[in-house]
Amino acid sequence: MMPLWLELLVSTLLIAGATLALIGSWGLAKLSEFLRRLHGPTKATTLGLGCLLVASAIGMNARGHLSLHELLVTAFLFLTSPVSANLLVQAVLAMQPELRPPPVG
Amino acid sequence: MRRILPAPVMAMLVLTLWLALNNSVSLGNLLFGALLGIVIPLMTAPLRESGVKIHDWRVLVSLTWRVAKDIVISNITVARQVLGRESALDSRFVWVPLTATEPHAIVALAGIITLTPGTVTAFVSEDRRHLLVHALHVTDTAALVSDIKTHYEAPLMKVFGDALARRAS
Repeated sequence: MMPLWLELLVSTLLIAGATLALIGSWGLAKLSEFLRRLHGPTKATTLGLGCLLVASAIGMNARGHLSLHELLVTAFLFLTSPVSANLLVQAVLAMQPELRPPPVG
Repeated sequence: MRRILPAPVMAMLVLTLWLALNNSVSLGNLLFGALLGIVIPLMTAPLRESGVKIHDWRVLVSLTWRVAKDIVISNITVARQVLGRESALDSRFVWVPLTATEPHAIVALAGIITLTPGTVTAFVSEDRRHLLVHALHVTDTAALVSDIKTHYEAPLMKVFGDALARRAS
């Protein structure tokens, strides 16, 4: 059994993480331009998931399952999410060249 | 030995990752992890331009801390901007001139910019001297550029021992 304060901590982290992920998705749905919408998911994947992962790590380890998966998820996420965001920007700039900013003057 | 194990640190990392993924240190997992640790670096060798060497661990730790803090702060800022009126946002592209020349430092900088909410790296110019960054909301372009350069680029140059940073110090 987890002590009450630990359960409260885990619950708070879960709610905070879920809320941030929700705001990120809300941003993706609500904003009008592609390049703006891209900013929603990048935040959901950092702090939102970060909170959920910390909650999971505390919860699992408090129950006696030593688990390193949360650290791995964090590492993979931080390595891959910039790459996918980068590819999305490149794709939209290739499809809509008018969005390209003028070259450095 | 060097032919079979061109990157021993990477091999150890792959083995450790494999064991952590399986959450077990059984003989089978050790053997298979070791096999992956030998094969994967050999397969990816042509993709690596040059080896990485961390020159300054202290700066790396303080930079990691700084980035973690900035991720939290800018997450809250962006959450507010997303929930607020969209017409209040001034989104645009910003060219960030690069001082760093070390490829790993540039990649890490691009990654950090994307991970901190509110800014996404679009690409590196062909001559590797500018980064194109898209910002969700920016009022002062010069301040954004100088923040990126002083908070992230300068420490990264120290971490990766960029030639220019070495000359300067």
